[in-house]
Amino acid sequence: MHELSVCAALVRQVLDVVPPARAGATGRIMLRIGPLAGVEPEQLRLAFPLVAAGTACAGAMIDIEPMPVRVCCRVCGEHSAARANRLICAGCGAWQVNLVGGDEMLLASVEFLAPPRVQQRERADV
Amino acid sequence: MCDLCGCAVATGHVHVAGAQLPAASLHGASGRQVEVMRALLHDNDHQAAHNRAHFAAAGTFVVNLMSSPGAGKTSLLEATIRALRGRLSVAVIEGDLETENDARRIRALGAPAVQITTGNACHLDASMVHAALHALDLAPIDVLFIENVGNLVCPAGFDLGQHRNVVLLSVTEGDDKPEKYPVMFRAADLLAVTKTDLLAAVGDFEPARATRHLRALANAAPVLEISARSGAGLNGWIDWLVEQRARDADRTFEHAAHD
Repeated sequence: MHELSVCAALVRQVLDVVPPARAGATGRIMLRIGPLAGVEPEQLRLAFPLVAAGTACAGAMIDIEPMPVRVCCRVCGEHSAARANRLICAGCGAWQVNLVGGDEMLLASVEFLAPPRVQQRERADV
Repeated sequence: MCDLCGCAVATGHVHVAGAQLPAASLHGASGRQVEVMRALLHDNDHQAAHNRAHFAAAGTFVVNLMSSPGAGKTSLLEATIRALRGRLSVAVIEGDLETENDARRIRALGAPAVQITTGNACHLDASMVHAALHALDLAPIDVLFIENVGNLVCPAGFDLGQHRNVVLLSVTEGDDKPEKYPVMFRAADLLAVTKTDLLAAVGDFEPARATRHLRALANAAPVLEISARSGAGLNGWIDWLVEQRARDADRTFEHAAHD
């Protein structure tokens, strides 16, 4: 269940981009995850609220874009789709391929909710 | 205190990632969406690079040993320490959920060993290894083995700063493990098929089939058949270690081979 550690790393990174004035305003967190990253998107979704509770990104939505496994053949040069446990060139069947996609585990972006009016007025007072 | 970066280190030495965030991306935070595009395990990767700098400074070659529980990691290490005696000095960082048992086995052979007990954590991460490094004098150590927590899933995701990943597959486990656990076996720089003295008793484990499954992960890593008990195949393993260490020493550890 290392998704919990990955989630803790995710929350730390999101908190780095949340300005203090926008605490609690994290709306959506967009991730890109490939099957060869070794994390289970569903487990990540389950773990997130536990780790995010009490932080500035509590209540945020996790949006995971699954990334396809792609290989580039070193023998025939063809780019093709592959299965996570069968990284074989679809063109010539060679196993001498480079992985060009499918191992991503990226924080793509963070979306904030519109700031509440009350907060804006308080800031105007200062 | 950490000699390399000067930070005050005890445990859980984590560099705050925010310190490296470009100012531009923070300015963007006043808008609705902030692009980040950074590896989720960026903090761990950063810590791993820091560990790697420690290893380079000490001239220590580091091997991360991974396998399921009971594949024979500690037995292989015992045989390795005996075989390298008088040639290369060896130390071990042991990762287990509980007990000092494995570290005791290593120390009994005269090699320094630091035990990390992870509690319920299923893998080692770079900061755990860094904490262990401060309990170990790396300067006289030629080869450091990090025996990861027995687990074919989680340890694969966390760079520790090692130069090579060695994955063990014991013949009692079945030769299709690379097909079942592609993330782990894709990371292997060497696959050690262990407990080969049991091959006849097991009957249906074919090392050639394990190799085919490894190749299907686009992994060209060498596959060695080893029995720590009988000593069969041990020479090939020792030769590989010595050769890989020399190769990295030539490059003065500038570019660690793990990628």
